[in-house]
Amino acid sequence: MAHHSEETEITVLPPDKEKIKKLWTVAGILGLLTAFEFLIAFTMHHGPAKTAIFVVMTIVKAGYIVGEFMHLRYEVKVLFWAIMVPIVFIVWMLVAFVYEGMKLSDINFLN
Amino acid sequence: MAHATTTTAPGQDVWNGGVPPLDASYGKLMMWFFLLSDAFTFSGLLITYGLVRAAHPAFTGAVDAFVFSHEYWPIPEKVFEAVPFLHGISLPLVFVGIMTFILIMSSVTMVLAVEAGHRMDRKAVEKWMLWTILGGITFLSCQAWEWAHFIAGTDRPTLFKDFVNGQWITKEVVGANLHVNQYGPQDFADFFFFITGFHGFHVFSGVLLNFLIYYNTVTGVYQRRGHYEMVEKVGLYWHFVDLVWVFVFTFFYLV
Repeated sequence: MAHHSEETEITVLPPDKEKIKKLWTVAGILGLLTAFEFLIAFTMHHGPAKTAIFVVMTIVKAGYIVGEFMHLRYEVKVLFWAIMVPIVFIVWMLVAFVYEGMKLSDINFLN
Repeated sequence: MAHATTTTAPGQDVWNGGVPPLDASYGKLMMWFFLLSDAFTFSGLLITYGLVRAAHPAFTGAVDAFVFSHEYWPIPEKVFEAVPFLHGISLPLVFVGIMTFILIMSSVTMVLAVEAGHRMDRKAVEKWMLWTILGGITFLSCQAWEWAHFIAGTDRPTLFKDFVNGQWITKEVVGANLHVNQYGPQDFADFFFFITGFHGFHVFSGVLLNFLIYYNTVTGVYQRRGHYEMVEKVGLYWHFVDLVWVFVFTFFYLV
């Protein structure tokens, strides 16, 4: 019966209008960025510049998802950096592996 | 939980579990570190894709003149250009765009469920969890179609030259699996299955977890517990799945 008395005590707070509006704004930004990526995909020629734009926009989108949706931006600084710093290993791996791949290409397709 | 202060429970001080470290509960911290490790797993897959792709020659001609060949890596927009019910019409990347939109929307409904949980609003949590589950199932259905189409292949077979028993023969290849691939080098099909498959499996697990959360919300488990932190934890996982898709979308489909 203890349950019963607890349940009646629960107070439901009204929706936080400002917070919800902010979430939809973030969603809008993500949608716009994706639409812009589509535009780039069909108007620009393949090349390093196009790839660079895609990479930058992907990082921006990732920043919004992790920072706002996953709330990491508002966690304490130690937690924030505990998650962010190890990402440097991924960056290193990316650079090393893609460089390796380009060297393999030179070996395999010399002519 | 979110507003933890320095007040400690009786008989406990700061160094004996009186205050949650990093101002986050154990479960939430562990979810963060699990997601970090999962990020490494996905990076391993995507970066290996980058290596193998960089090791293959790129197609250098005009996009309109592109044909499938083992000689170079295919242009993704020429591979993924089909949309259900619109057979034979070339709509490059449109279906993947729809899938991306669905996943982003389900991420929004998830974060709205988390917000409702902070307010102890059971009805709103139920509503937004249902939308999130629906988004997940829709995404999985789209992926099932995408896979079926990729495996079945295009209307016209690709002709490949192959050296068999001392002489050159021309082979007709339709569709793709782990042994043949009409779209280009075999590695391309293998990476498609592994990367989108591994991500799809994450979405599938996410839908199961979301359903569990929905079930517990409906039966009032979290209301009795006094907080909806489980929604937050599973929400982190669900956003991560969306995050990975953002990277898959860029590096597998766009670049």
